[in-house]
Amino acid sequence: MLDILTPQMAKLFWDALGQTFYMVAVSGLIGTLIGLPLGVFLATSQRGELFAAPALNAAIGLVVNAARSTPFIILVVAIVPLTRLIAGTSIGTAAAIVPLTIAAAPFIARIIEGAIRGVDQGLIEAARSVGASPIQIVQKVLLPEALPAITLGLTLTVVSLIGYSAMVGAVGGGGLGDLGIRFGYQRFMPDVMLAVVLVLIVIVQGVQSLGDYLARRFDKRSRH
Amino acid sequence: MSDHKNSAVTEAAAIRLENVEKTYAARGDNGAVTALHSVDLAVPEGNILGVIGKSGAGKSTLIRLVNGLERPTTGRVIVHGTDIAALSERDLRDQRRSIGMIFQHFNLLSRRTAFNNVALPLEIAGLSKAEIRKRVLPLLDLVGLADKADRYPAELSGGQKQRVGIARALATNPRVLLSDEATSALDPETTAQILALLKKVNAELNLTVLLITHEMSVIKAVADRVAVIDGGRIVEDGETYDVFTHPRHATTRRFVSELTGTALPDHLLARIGPIPAPDKRALIQLTFKGEGANQPWLSILTRKLDMDLGIIQAKVDHIAGKPFGTLVVSAAAGRDQLVALQREAATLGLETEVLGYA
Ligand SMILES: Nc1ncnc2c1ncn2[C@@H]1O[C@H](COP(=O)(O)OP(=O)(O)O)[C@@H](O)[C@H]1O
Ligand SMILES: [Mg+2]
Repeated sequence: MLDILTPQMAKLFWDALGQTFYMVAVSGLIGTLIGLPLGVFLATSQRGELFAAPALNAAIGLVVNAARSTPFIILVVAIVPLTRLIAGTSIGTAAAIVPLTIAAAPFIARIIEGAIRGVDQGLIEAARSVGASPIQIVQKVLLPEALPAITLGLTLTVVSLIGYSAMVGAVGGGGLGDLGIRFGYQRFMPDVMLAVVLVLIVIVQGVQSLGDYLARRFDKRSRH
Repeated sequence: MSDHKNSAVTEAAAIRLENVEKTYAARGDNGAVTALHSVDLAVPEGNILGVIGKSGAGKSTLIRLVNGLERPTTGRVIVHGTDIAALSERDLRDQRRSIGMIFQHFNLLSRRTAFNNVALPLEIAGLSKAEIRKRVLPLLDLVGLADKADRYPAELSGGQKQRVGIARALATNPRVLLSDEATSALDPETTAQILALLKKVNAELNLTVLLITHEMSVIKAVADRVAVIDGGRIVEDGETYDVFTHPRHATTRRFVSELTGTALPDHLLARIGPIPAPDKRALIQLTFKGEGANQPWLSILTRKLDMDLGIIQAKVDHIAGKPFGTLVVSAAAGRDQLVALQREAATLGLETEVLGYA
């Protein structure tokens, strides 16, 4: 264990942690900004629904499915030109955020869709009966009622993003996963590998516990 | 009922359906369904009208037409002079503020307290926080939940949830209240309390109430008028007491027999036949209503006719506050005696029907 207790190694760890946090936070945030409206639209635009637009619903569903069925590592490589366009470079932490976001957004869209589809139709009916507009129904009924499920879904997204962020070492994304591969695997420092894995386990546990706690707090459907 | 009275009712109607048909379009493997066929119905201002029918009869479809949750395929739906079916979505949303609705499963938002559930229609109407407070608290008081303002629906009983539902429905001061099986998920005692509350708001706020149900007990408890729906058609309607004491349609009769319990016991049903015989007794059903019910007519009959009557079954109920009942008696009677019995009973205001011989 000695070799990972050096100041240099500590700094590497600290930087990697920061990079992981940065990548996950930014891609999670932008992914949510894109995925949330998409998810709401997917959940409300089939025939007879609030924003009925069956053709557009099917088209967006198709794009979302295509993005979701592309293996992440292929996505990273395939969109290099796009990454260069957006991030100005195809290498580095900022560049890694592009494929992470593109992977996260459709995932989040499906999660939001599922959460909203879980809301009792009767609540939409009640809101309509008091004169709510479709937008008001989304604001006052669908999103608040789906919040516990959305919270759990976003927690799952963050956990997945932490895993994906380990793969963007391929484009020099940095982060904990990259550190583990470079030192633990390529330089035969199994202690570093082990430490990286342990840190990731702790982070994932923490994220999951926080998500579970928040979801429980948001959920008022049963007595506590 | 006279035509004169009928037309008076139509003129003062708060809700009027004129020749309404509703067909749900075919979708996937399901063919088109015509849920309502040429329905005419009028709810007089300030009345409680109950629509009774069994599951799938078209009750929910009918009530949802009144606040435009569904649009009729043909015909007109008029609420206080406005043709609901002709409104744009935007105008319809404004119109819905004057039509409250309550539901079988309450449909309360789980993450809002009782207070905030009642506040929902007011938020949607764009009222300020202060105005909302001023309106919500008296409403919670009206429904008897002033002390539960900060409770979430999961912390309330079924009856309390429906009270919140009623307060929410009344938040925007509607003149019409629609009730879609609002007591069907409640036990009998809670049902009675909720129905009493509906009667109270009907009287105090001069609210017109259209309620649908599959339970006779609900109609009996609150409805001034009743309409019987079967297979998407209104088969009978009128004053509740008239309809249930003179049921004409088979469906109405079935609901009435549920109320009066005149189905014969199985051992008699097995033996009963249409042919008189010396060793058989006639089974006669006597139906009494209104004022006639208070006379000691059973002893009058036996004395006058010098006939021994055995009681097989009896049930007395009250509809709209007036007594209504049936009695099934057996008599060792020949044809002449039965004719005499029927004549005497008629003079006492009773209706008789020979069910058969057993
Ligand atoms: N949205 C709908 N789409 C297609 N068919 C429907 C729809 N709503 C109701 N129906 C059909 O219309 C008929 C009447 O239904 P409903 O009005 O719900 O009856 P009730 O409330 O008396 O049980 C039923 O055959 C039902 O299957
Ligand atoms: Mg129904």
